[in-house]
Amino acid sequence: MKNRFYFIIGAIIAVFFSSCKKDNYEAPAADFTGRIVYKGEAINVEYGQVNFELWQSGFGNYSALKVNVSQDGNYSAKLFDGDYKLVFSPNQGPFLWKKNAAGKQDTIVVNISGSKAMDIQVIPYYMIRNASLMAASGKVNGSCKLEKIITDANAKDIESVSLYINKTQFVDGGNNIAIQQLTGTAIADLNNLNMSVNIPAIVPAQNYVFARIGVKIAVVDDLIFTPVTKINF
Amino acid sequence: MKKYIYAFAAIACLSFAQSCKKDSEFLDKQPTSTLPIDAVWKDPNLVLTVVGDLYDRFPDFQRIESWWLFADFDEGFASASGDYFRHQNLEYGYDSWRYWDINVYRLVNDLNLFIKRGQEATALKAEDRNRFLAEARFIRAGVYFEMVKRMGGVPLITVPLAYDYSGDPSYLQYPRSKEFEIYDFVIAELEAIKTMLPDNATVQSRATKAAALAMESRAALYAGSIAKYSNAQLTLPGGEVGIPAAMANAYFTKALNAAKEIIDGGKYSLYKKNPNLSDNFAALFTDKGSNPEVIFAKDFKLKTNKVHGFTIDNQPRSSAEEAQGGRLNPSLNLVQSFEKLDNTYASLATVDGSGNPVYYTNITDIFADRDARLAGTVILPGTQFKGKTVDIWAGYQLANGTIVTGDNFAQSKSNVLPGNPGSVQVVGGDGPVDGLEFSAQSGFYVRKYLDPATGSGQIGTRSDVWWIRYRYAEVLLNAAEAAFELGDAATAANYIKPVRDRAGLTTALTPAQITFDRIVHERKVEFAFEGHQLWDMKRWRLADKVWNGNNMSAADFTNASNIGSATRTSTQVFGLWPYKYYNPGNTNHLKYIFKVIKPSRVTAAHRFRIGNYYSSIGQDVLNGNPKIIRNPNQ
Repeated sequence: MKNRFYFIIGAIIAVFFSSCKKDNYEAPAADFTGRIVYKGEAINVEYGQVNFELWQSGFGNYSALKVNVSQDGNYSAKLFDGDYKLVFSPNQGPFLWKKNAAGKQDTIVVNISGSKAMDIQVIPYYMIRNASLMAASGKVNGSCKLEKIITDANAKDIESVSLYINKTQFVDGGNNIAIQQLTGTAIADLNNLNMSVNIPAIVPAQNYVFARIGVKIAVVDDLIFTPVTKINF
Repeated sequence: MKKYIYAFAAIACLSFAQSCKKDSEFLDKQPTSTLPIDAVWKDPNLVLTVVGDLYDRFPDFQRIESWWLFADFDEGFASASGDYFRHQNLEYGYDSWRYWDINVYRLVNDLNLFIKRGQEATALKAEDRNRFLAEARFIRAGVYFEMVKRMGGVPLITVPLAYDYSGDPSYLQYPRSKEFEIYDFVIAELEAIKTMLPDNATVQSRATKAAALAMESRAALYAGSIAKYSNAQLTLPGGEVGIPAAMANAYFTKALNAAKEIIDGGKYSLYKKNPNLSDNFAALFTDKGSNPEVIFAKDFKLKTNKVHGFTIDNQPRSSAEEAQGGRLNPSLNLVQSFEKLDNTYASLATVDGSGNPVYYTNITDIFADRDARLAGTVILPGTQFKGKTVDIWAGYQLANGTIVTGDNFAQSKSNVLPGNPGSVQVVGGDGPVDGLEFSAQSGFYVRKYLDPATGSGQIGTRSDVWWIRYRYAEVLLNAAEAAFELGDAATAANYIKPVRDRAGLTTALTPAQITFDRIVHERKVEFAFEGHQLWDMKRWRLADKVWNGNNMSAADFTNASNIGSATRTSTQVFGLWPYKYYNPGNTNHLKYIFKVIKPSRVTAAHRFRIGNYYSSIGQDVLNGNPKIIRNPNQ
């Protein structure tokens, strides 16, 4: 009986030891980080809505690695070393991506060997300038100007401009506690956009909100935003 | 010894004789479990079994066999714990509603094979054979129509394909056709087969002339509105997605003519058997005996395996025949869109102009003077199903505003009401209780397609109510919309009138009152829970405006002024809960008040992105065929 008992303990130890063996594959180690920029300025977008694709050939079925861009325009991905092709699929993001001679989205070759930081240049339809967000007597007041960057045949109109506030740092159309939207004649003058929104009662109470302005461009899904600002009141 | 030798010789003889048979004689045996193709094509009854299988594979998206799909948008709330996620998704995936995989093209291939074999068959009578062929072409047109409305242009394959194992599959790789080419194919096929099909209004579960024309009218209308309302974002340079605006009028004309042919044929009419307009509208969907409105339906039959559980899933919980039901709760968004009898839109009056609650003596009073289709589509609090009144009320409100309620069906509590130490029921037998599945969490239950037959709510019996794919009211509204888009509002008003008359809206709309918003609204209330909503919103390019991802609030449902607007935001499902006012001595004691609520399980706002207008194509399809182009905006 005792013999069998020792045998079982021995077997268990053997099993535990074998599970300490390394996996066959090493985890990806290289960090690929950077920002989405226009002339050095980061493009702020909605959380979880904008992504680009990384394609790597040579490993069986072809499919894209999607890399999400965070609210402030940063991205980061853990990758294996190797050669990748980077591309935004058409109409992803509030910006245009350069096209190749055939009129398709052009790719950038990215070589990863060790960590790499790279800013990705895009051309936004509009940039938000001189944004200011301030709290005054129970309201958040916002103002900004819009600069039209793309003025050729691809130019788009503004559909609406919105001021969002939220309890947390995620601020957009789906995550907000109050919103003011300007449409139609209110956005006739792109150099003079003023918004103001009442701060509703927050449970549990907090003496700050996060605010930002988002611009919806006609027939473009993704909005362009100002950076999230924490406002004490 | 000798007899052993004889026996041995006999065995040897027999086995040698056996091995003298030809191989082909021995191996080529007719299977006894399947029918050979040429035998099938000798007997119309056998061919009918094959056609029956093809009909069974006719595609639908929302249907009575899957009630939960009606909760994906804003028509209903899913009151079942496994389906709350439908109200918690931030956005629709780009692969939603994808209809392009191996099974779809296997069905297309089966149809193509059937048509080829039918054309080669000689043993059948010509009229039988032509009808079968036309039916297969009808189903094939339906499959391509389903594909084009979900995916845009797809490879158009009309001959059977087989791989020859040569190692080179490139001859099987077809590129995507243009979107309008698929619509043109569907329309041309239906036009070609309409005379080969029986022109008989009593044939409702197989293809008829009117079914072909009804599908043609719907397809042409979709193509016309895609052409008219398309924008530059929703096109591909090769035309796989997007239809040129110049083609819009030609499609609207085709839609109008196809609809007219059914209307002028005079074989169909609106269902008007019951003088009670609401009961009449409900019976339209459940009456299978000489129903003059139904053109093409998926039929079911009791005591076979072709039955469904829509009534089990959705019957009122308090009078259910099983301990379940009440899953699909129509939303306040839908309920308040039913207009008043004077053709105006109004929120349900929960508060008056100065914000004070409105007190109602009877629980149904708040719904008085509305479109009869409201009570025909929705089981309202205080109305009946199968002769039993539903018990929907959320609790008592005391004079000081305190709410007394419970957390289970028909719960009773003691000493909770002032001056009443006894035990009282504090919540309805159908709820609503927030977060309690099967209770009417939006304050309503669905009535459309709910089977009034005894036993329909039992798991052992189930229901054989059919699923109506095409009905005469749609033909009328198709004609009205096509005429309106062609600039003929007077004709549109004529076609829309009988549909509204049947709903009790007897003040006819004048041609000047027929607007795009009116047409959008009419289809919304007439066809709620009939699987039209997504496709209508897509073809009008309204989906990204109505489901725009912005949160809603109760203020959107009190004294709202834009209910009739086609672009009104409707991203979250809201409800309306009745309470009893408890204040002994007060004139309003035990009267009803109503509150607009958002079920707590509704946590996210639906967001339909530009890239959702055409579902994404699977990476396996793209890898398998380099000629396939991806859909835009994804």
